[in-house]
Amino acid sequence: MITAGVDVGAKFAKVVILKDGQVVARAKALVGFDVLKSANDVFETALKDAGLSRGDIQRVVATGMGRNAVLQKPPINADEAVSEVIADAAGACQVVPAVKTVIDVGAEEGRGIKVEGGKVRDFVINERCAAGAGTFVEAMARALEVKVEDMGPLSLKSMNTIPMNAQCCVFAESEVVSLIHSKVSKEDIAKAIHDAIAGRISSMVLRVGVEKDVVLIGGVALNPGFLPPLEKELHTSIIVPEFPEFVSALGAAVIAANPAR
Amino acid sequence: MAQVETQTQEYWRWPVYRSTVPDKDWHNASIITAGVDIGSVGSKATIMVDGELYAYSVMRTGGVSEDTAIKATTWALEGTGLEIGKLHYVVGTGYGRVNVPFAKKTITEIACHARGAHYIYGPTVRTVLDIGGQDCKAIRCDEKGKVVSFLMNDKCAAGTGRGLEVFADLISVPIQDLGKVSLSVDQEPPPVSNTCVIFAKAESLSLLRQGWPKEKVAAAYHAAMADRIVDLLTRVGIEKDFVITGGVAKNMGVVQRLERILNIKPLEPKIDPILAGALGAGLFAKALYEKEQGLR
Repeated sequence: MITAGVDVGAKFAKVVILKDGQVVARAKALVGFDVLKSANDVFETALKDAGLSRGDIQRVVATGMGRNAVLQKPPINADEAVSEVIADAAGACQVVPAVKTVIDVGAEEGRGIKVEGGKVRDFVINERCAAGAGTFVEAMARALEVKVEDMGPLSLKSMNTIPMNAQCCVFAESEVVSLIHSKVSKEDIAKAIHDAIAGRISSMVLRVGVEKDVVLIGGVALNPGFLPPLEKELHTSIIVPEFPEFVSALGAAVIAANPAR
Repeated sequence: MAQVETQTQEYWRWPVYRSTVPDKDWHNASIITAGVDIGSVGSKATIMVDGELYAYSVMRTGGVSEDTAIKATTWALEGTGLEIGKLHYVVGTGYGRVNVPFAKKTITEIACHARGAHYIYGPTVRTVLDIGGQDCKAIRCDEKGKVVSFLMNDKCAAGTGRGLEVFADLISVPIQDLGKVSLSVDQEPPPVSNTCVIFAKAESLSLLRQGWPKEKVAAAYHAAMADRIVDLLTRVGIEKDFVITGGVAKNMGVVQRLERILNIKPLEPKIDPILAGALGAGLFAKALYEKEQGLR
């Protein structure tokens, strides 16, 4: 059976094509102004990579903030839309069958999900504040005049702990600027930024409780600077699967393959 | 080839100013005090003679608060013949209140805003809403201007002046015109996110791209801000008379929307409401000086 999962996120659209439980294609691209077009383009790329056409895909499930844009709208014509929490849980169970806690940090949202036997038991979401999502690191990278992909590696060079007082993205930008003025090194500031976001994510996740295996997914999982402070805050080791940003799309594809679940 | 214009204007930058109250003279006064309010975004200095406003300045808080405190006070004193050394008593307040080197005492901005609002609007004030650069406070006070209870948001830029600065830059409208621009719509659009300035900014940008005129986007932004502030006010409870202080009190877009939602008309300020904190500090300074000198 061939199925596809389409995850239309706040920043990136991701597509996974699954054939009999094996991933045959992955594609992602920035979501532009036209959400539907961005999703369609990514879908096309994935189809091409897999050497398939839309007709070969038996079922498509959409998830993510923009999931309704592709629901029953050609050419993707998603058969079903599921929430991010459901897709996250299904995807995480696929990559780490023993998972009990899923932490998903995307561009504009953060989630903590308690999973048991592949089923969602409880979850928490932050969708109200950019300081608890990837946007925070991006905004701080701008203030620090560092490329966002360099932020993590930069922070790993620092051994110092500098507290950040600001809880808000806007206020933190000013704080970063004043840290620069007081001659704190970029490495130390980068570390302070990662410590701050890890602190916020962990206090959110602790509301559902943390039990092993803990899996970190979403675009922010690609940032190597985020994992160490998060592990420290939660006092646990955390598994980051390969292609963490595709786990939600993978979950959608898995759900598509099991319509009777 | 068309030339690309780079943005040089700083739309967020609000005007600084100073003033001396006409027909007032310090030479015959027995007590000269100052209140210095070092806010997170703006700094205000008021010079008071016998408990009456004599001169003041409003400027941006710089990188070093001590320097800003000296600059703001010196500027307020400009042309009066007075100098910092001649002030009998100075009280510092605001976010940077510990950084006023010539202040004898510091008092929280909550107490100062209540006291200052009492001075500006009179003894009927019971609820003071102070919308500053980086925080928003709802203060309940008694007929003497003493604080009864308060609530504040100082964690999040939504519903503060800093959020408005970010928005002014986004739509390229000078900050002092924003409120008026936001009121020039026929129909109020649905508000953008009221929980996060970053999200509100992203939403506003997407509305602009969809072809919404600036005015309509400004209305959606101001509406979100008003909603956010109303939440805070409702939690502390509003009792009449209701007044608004702080820099954002000058934004008609926020004030009129609050008025509409709450169905309460705030009192009209007779003195620049951005001075409330500094005025309160200046009045506390007088009382402290009198106590120190055994005058009461």
